[in-house]
Amino acid sequence: MSKIVRTISNQLILFILIFGLYIIMHGHITPGGGFQGGAVVASGAALIIVAFGSHQVQKRLKERHLSIMESGGALIFIGLAFGGLATVFFYNFLVGSPVFGHIPPSGPNPGNIWTGGVIPLMNIAVGLKVIAGLSAIVLVMALASSGEEIEE
Amino acid sequence: MRRIAAAVSLTVLVALLVASAFLLHPFGNPPSQMDDYMIQNSQAETGANNVVAAVLFDYRGFDTLGEATILFTAVTGVMMLFRARRKEEGNR
Repeated sequence: MSKIVRTISNQLILFILIFGLYIIMHGHITPGGGFQGGAVVASGAALIIVAFGSHQVQKRLKERHLSIMESGGALIFIGLAFGGLATVFFYNFLVGSPVFGHIPPSGPNPGNIWTGGVIPLMNIAVGLKVIAGLSAIVLVMALASSGEEIEE
Repeated sequence: MRRIAAAVSLTVLVALLVASAFLLHPFGNPPSQMDDYMIQNSQAETGANNVVAAVLFDYRGFDTLGEATILFTAVTGVMMLFRARRKEEGNR
């Protein structure tokens, strides 16, 4: 793409990443969560791929690393689900503990990032998974359509 | 013959849809008390202000596990498809 598009994308990607990570981190307080924030970050990856070309992006963003990241997110998610196995599968075992364990007052309140038990951690895990998965799909499709070789 | 069958099946389908529209519960009166329970207790039980997040990751975690598996399967399928195509072109 032209130099204008590349410069603007360079400036814009920072804000897209911050917004996506904000949506992931505040999933248990405000609307949003891992899926939505991950889609926002993956759209940033798509922007970079469109602006710089898939071959240029591939030097930094390896398909194998994205694959590892997605599997890692899935493993963290299932591991957190197994963590509550002393009661039931998917039990929220962190409520009341010092880590993300604060219990907010009932009813409307401004919200506290340090609440939610395993929910924020699961949001992060799902966010990692969605970021890696959607970015990998976009990258692989762009590489296939541009005729470049996929590096393992 | 096929036209008659199509007309009959379409009539039955429309009749079922209209009947189900009239059999819906009145607005604001769902058949179970599950939603009231979640709205009242989700903050105390899960600690999350966002009831949707509490339902998604706590009360119905299995559903989210299925969603994550769907995403995983989709990514795996896309990667298999495009990697196979590249290898095929490379051999030519």
